[in-house]
Amino acid sequence: MKPAPFEYCRADTLDEALDLVAEFGSDAAVLAGGMSLGPMLNMRLARPAAIVDVNSVADLSGIRLVGDAVETGALCRQADALDSALVGDDVPLLARALPFVGHFQTRNRGTLGGSVCHADPSAEIPLALATLGGDVVLRRKGGMRAVAAHDFFKGIFTSVREPDEIVTALRWPRSEPKTGHAFDEIAQRHGDFAIGAAAAVATVAPDGSLAAVSLGLGGIEDRPVLADLSGFVGAPATARTASEAAALAAGRVDPMVDPRASAAYRRQLVRVLGARVLERAFERAGARQC
Amino acid sequence: MLRIEPGARHRVTVTVNGRLYSGFAEARTLLSDFLRHELKLFGTHVGCEHGVCGACTVNIDGRAVRSCLLFAVQADGAEIGTVEGLATDGVLSPLQEAFRRRHALQCGFCTPGILISATQFLETNPDPTEDEVREMLSGHICRCTGYEGIVRAILDVAGDAS
Ligand code: FES
Ligand code: FES
Repeated sequence: MKPAPFEYCRADTLDEALDLVAEFGSDAAVLAGGMSLGPMLNMRLARPAAIVDVNSVADLSGIRLVGDAVETGALCRQADALDSALVGDDVPLLARALPFVGHFQTRNRGTLGGSVCHADPSAEIPLALATLGGDVVLRRKGGMRAVAAHDFFKGIFTSVREPDEIVTALRWPRSEPKTGHAFDEIAQRHGDFAIGAAAAVATVAPDGSLAAVSLGLGGIEDRPVLADLSGFVGAPATARTASEAAALAAGRVDPMVDPRASAAYRRQLVRVLGARVLERAFERAGARQC
Repeated sequence: MLRIEPGARHRVTVTVNGRLYSGFAEARTLLSDFLRHELKLFGTHVGCEHGVCGACTVNIDGRAVRSCLLFAVQADGAEIGTVEGLATDGVLSPLQEAFRRRHALQCGFCTPGILISATQFLETNPDPTEDEVREMLSGHICRCTGYEGIVRAILDVAGDAS
């Protein structure tokens, strides 16, 4: 349970970090909080030639408002995001998802960007980002791009990040008025990996109908997926609509099978968790009766 | 920029419980092993070495974190708090005293990590509900006590402080 030898490189600036990932390419692992990379190194599931530690890069920290989005530096600690009034007010879905991420002690160190880079299909932060239609900001030497979260995740532990790129920030669209958010998951133990997770965002019009609705699902397929609920725009924001929408989503997913759960169980989770989070989001958006 | 070749020994200087310590670590040396094997501070325990059990939890720059998921070289210059620093002149801290009173430990393997977590938790959340205490404790595994005494001990101190 000790890591194999590696070269340790501590970058003090973003330019140094970009030089290092350009030098080592896929032989390097970028170390942020280390809550996922640490166990993989200790168990020797990962044996990179070099570790590029970015914890001293000041440019990667912070939470700020940039136009219509809240931008969180890739190194923003999960505990700091959870404590942030800006996140609580403007990105309530993230604030509702974070208590499910690991534990108090791992959120103290674990980062938002690290969780996104790790691309665990059951992780809560990628699911929240994808459900909100947020972006992942990547930098390489002499270049920068923003990728929609929806296109960023490619499969289990796989993303479109190239070996010479570093994720520098996440952009979270700010919450709209009359919009409710909800997050829930089923795991074997609190703080453990979700077997299935669901995130909902709904905007309710003054007449009680749905002006917009999104349902994101984590731990079900090999990456966070969004259910297509466009057919429910205009439907009444009621418990009945919530369960019909979740049933539609459950019929369309292609669930993973692993020792913890069968495909049928995961499909049932979509039905149950999906209806639950949609209904809660409707209520929080101010729907009169559910 | 700092670069440490594989296998090279690097000097690491840290403040532990207010005292300056210095030792050598390879890049891959876990902070938990550095504390125990190099600094001979055996109060911090090691269970799973992948962040799950919480036995290795120490306070770094004000936050309870897993020392098995940090490399010693990352902690160079840091202020570290371990269980050895909780008592003052042989007098147990109020939380330690509550653990003793409530039988919150049996074998004591999990205890150093839980004490460090609970101490920081109570600093940031001095009057927690039982649910909040249990949520914080979900980051620790105790095979002996069934957690009941631990929850009571933490709530005792929270009650006293408020
Ligand atoms: S030894 Fe660090 S969490 Fe178990
Ligand atoms: S007292 Fe034995 S593991 Fe907790």
